[in-house]
Amino acid sequence: MPQSSIKDHLFESQLFLSRAIVSGILVISVLLLLAGRMFYLQVASHDHFTTLSKDNRVKLQPLPPTRGLIYDRNGLILAQNLPAYSLEITPEKTPDIDATIQALRQIITITDEHIQRFQQLRTQHRRFDSIPLRVRLQDDEVARLSVNRHRFPGVDVKATLLRDYPQAMQTAHLLGYVGRINERELDIIDISNYSGTSYIGKNGVENSYESLLHGQVGLQQVEVNAKGRVLRVLENRSPKPGDNLHLFLDMDLQRIALEAMGEFNGAVAAIEIKSGGVLALVSKPGYNPNLFVEGISTEAYAALKNSIDKPLFNRAIRGQYPPGSTVKPFIGLAGLEYGVVGYHQETYCPGYYQLPGKEHKYRDWKKWGHAEVDMKKAIVESCDVYYYELARTLGIDRLHDFLQGFGFGQPTRVDLTGELSGLLPSREWKRERRREPWYPGETLIVGIGQGYFLSTPLQLAAATATLANQGHHIRPRVVSLIEKGDGSTQESPKIIDDLKQLDPIHWTQVIDAMTQVVEGMHGTARSIHSENYRIAGKTGTAQVFSIKQDEEYDEETVAKRRRDHALFIAFAPVEDPQIAVAVVVENGGHGGAVAAPIAQKIMDRFLLRDDT
Amino acid sequence: MREMPRSALSFQESQPARPLGLLAWLHIDLPLLTGLLLLAFLGLAVLYSAGDQQMVLLNKQMIRLGVGFTAMILIAQFHPQHLRRWSPWLYLVGILMLMAVILFGEQGKGAQRWLDLGIVRFQPSEMFKLSLPMVIAWFLADHRLPPQLSRLLVAGLLTLLPVLLIAKQPDLGTALLVGAAGAIALFLAGISWYLIAAVGLSLAALGPAAWYLMHEYQRQRVLTFLNPESDPLGTGYHIIQSKIAIGSGGVSGKGWLNGTQSHLEFLPERHTDFIFAVISEEFGLVGVLALLCLYLFIILRGLYIASQAQDTFSRILAGALSLVFFVYLFVNTGMVTGLLPVVGVPLPLISYGGTSLVTILISFGILMSIHTHRKLLPT
Repeated sequence: MPQSSIKDHLFESQLFLSRAIVSGILVISVLLLLAGRMFYLQVASHDHFTTLSKDNRVKLQPLPPTRGLIYDRNGLILAQNLPAYSLEITPEKTPDIDATIQALRQIITITDEHIQRFQQLRTQHRRFDSIPLRVRLQDDEVARLSVNRHRFPGVDVKATLLRDYPQAMQTAHLLGYVGRINERELDIIDISNYSGTSYIGKNGVENSYESLLHGQVGLQQVEVNAKGRVLRVLENRSPKPGDNLHLFLDMDLQRIALEAMGEFNGAVAAIEIKSGGVLALVSKPGYNPNLFVEGISTEAYAALKNSIDKPLFNRAIRGQYPPGSTVKPFIGLAGLEYGVVGYHQETYCPGYYQLPGKEHKYRDWKKWGHAEVDMKKAIVESCDVYYYELARTLGIDRLHDFLQGFGFGQPTRVDLTGELSGLLPSREWKRERRREPWYPGETLIVGIGQGYFLSTPLQLAAATATLANQGHHIRPRVVSLIEKGDGSTQESPKIIDDLKQLDPIHWTQVIDAMTQVVEGMHGTARSIHSENYRIAGKTGTAQVFSIKQDEEYDEETVAKRRRDHALFIAFAPVEDPQIAVAVVVENGGHGGAVAAPIAQKIMDRFLLRDDT
Repeated sequence: MREMPRSALSFQESQPARPLGLLAWLHIDLPLLTGLLLLAFLGLAVLYSAGDQQMVLLNKQMIRLGVGFTAMILIAQFHPQHLRRWSPWLYLVGILMLMAVILFGEQGKGAQRWLDLGIVRFQPSEMFKLSLPMVIAWFLADHRLPPQLSRLLVAGLLTLLPVLLIAKQPDLGTALLVGAAGAIALFLAGISWYLIAAVGLSLAALGPAAWYLMHEYQRQRVLTFLNPESDPLGTGYHIIQSKIAIGSGGVSGKGWLNGTQSHLEFLPERHTDFIFAVISEEFGLVGVLALLCLYLFIILRGLYIASQAQDTFSRILAGALSLVFFVYLFVNTGMVTGLLPVVGVPLPLISYGGTSLVTILISFGILMSIHTHRKLLPT
């Protein structure tokens, strides 16, 4: 239709123009809609999206403080932080944790134990927390891991500082150890201050000084990308490292005490008399605290826990032993002070004692008796009958009150956690706890430090120091100096709690008797007599079980574990007392034979240092 | 049946009196070229930022732009009547290649789109963005407009065939754009509003019916497609991060190279499909509006060229190409801003990537050809 083509052409041109205009309007309106959308997003919701954008990129990271170091009195390091590599997994970033662990096992050593502990930790942590699977990686393991790193999303090798105890077993009970924070501890601690820390002091000094040793957490505001990788630090608040602690402890004494104990179990406490500082605090057997730092395996822990020797048990402050004859100087002092007996007043010892009108024989350790005994002889030869009589005369109430002044039956309040108080029996105690009246016979037993009477080795050492100081009581303390991060130091407080004034003659008399224990011909500790300085001491033997009436007591036939505990307390030099020592040797038999030489070695080392 | 006398097809242009400028001699439309160059330059600047300042990316993109602009100028040299004659053959070859892709195509991102031609890897679906408007313009321009129903049906089939073939690859995004290109060409050809309304209504009615027939998992997929934010770890992650990028840009933006969402890798596909979010974050509302104005200018210039065209084929083709360019823009920005579902469509001339860039520039070459080969009528 050529003739209509021109008309069509015009019409089509107009038709197209109208469609083009409609399209143009449509384009403009859609772009306006888009502009409106942009306005909504960029202006109306700007604040909202800015927050989200910041949320995206800015993360707060805690910077854990470095734990304070612990030194002995000579500057020897007892607890330090060593760099170590650990393998950690962040569950949130790991697609299949079990498969990842199995794959990791092909590269490094991972035991079932490690996995078990990891799974246990996992239940205590949030999904985005990094949880250790292996600690103390070997260098070659670190190398293998870094080569294969791309295969394991969410798996990191982290360099951390791990607590280390160079003296290991020798300081285990005293220092305690750090371990992973458990759920119970999470309730107590300031969560934010511990946000970068996974370890906490579990016992000993590590626990009692936790707040000082830990320090203050620092914070780092970092910019991260979508994969959580830190790109730059926006703001940094450095952590404040924990305080360093300087102890009164003399590592030489500690080691000598342990060595001197030989095969025996037991405890030693040595106190510097002038300061109350703990020079040595030994509990044997010990354990390796370094095992606990990385998380001890269940088997190793069970072995420690179930051992008949109870290596985890801190005998020095938690072991409650009958003090035995070591209380005799204190009771003698009570007799003199209350005026119920004179220093030279004599009693006859037939080898046993009977309460008036009673059949029961209270036996002396010396079957045939000590014959005529005054207080000096009663202390030097440790006559029991003399003290049965003295105790009966004093009565339980006066005994209790007087001994309480020396710290028996109450914690020494040393700066260590977990200390037990021992037991100083009284009428009130028996009525409350046992719902029974006090029997006169029980007073006699208290007189020789047996029966209900219990005390800890540290308590004995502290009481001995107070005796040496003639009633000037200084609370025992482990830490001498706190060294702050800024270099300033602070001495630990010397807390004095003196006894009421006693007659100076009585002190001299009792101390003289104790000196004769070591120096006298018949002294129970004459084996440690020394020309270099004078020692005042007292032996003791604590019965592990009571002997039945009229039954022969044969040390050899009693199973080793039922043998008596050997005790010895001493201080030296007599003229100017410097050191007080209490030794408890479990199943050691007689105090003079086993316990006294241990005390002597410690005192030798402390007092004759220049000579060695 | 030809509407123009044969002489009009001779390639002798009427010579203007004044000497020919270089641009006119090269058949280049200056306003269009200016707009496109501005856009390309802006794109490179944004790409430099979005691509973490890697010169490698920038160099590759510059080479592509060079190829694209050269192709544009080359195409502009041909008279529209040549293009018209090629239209059916291009379409036919395109269909054959689409079939070849389905039979021997290379896998890429889980779909068969590429055809290896020895030297270059080629995406045949891409050329339908050009050849479909061309073939429809060719087919409808032969007869009186508005087209009769029977011709409309044929044009519909011409559209449907490549759309279905592309959708089968599967490449839903391109299929949608190609379909839109066909529909736009038909709209510009002047199909009646009643028909448009009827098709619209029947499509609307088809939706619920299809919904009723779908399995539960299919419905879930459709829902996620329509509302990506319901799947924050999958497609929704893109949209959420993109909205954060745009919203946090504010009025004036965070500044060039300072977008945190993009530089810290929160924004996925930031130098390709989601580059619009980078622009919004770094240049803010001001920058985005300026960019939209630039696009609008190019589109309106295209529509103007179409309205000035002297024959039906050129008109429909020029109009359709301009509007396809707009569809690109809207589908991309709508997706990035969360107005439209996520369809993999690049931001024209700015997103990193070769094929669509060259296609778009060729389409502008066609526009220039149409505009500069007009027979200037004496006034």
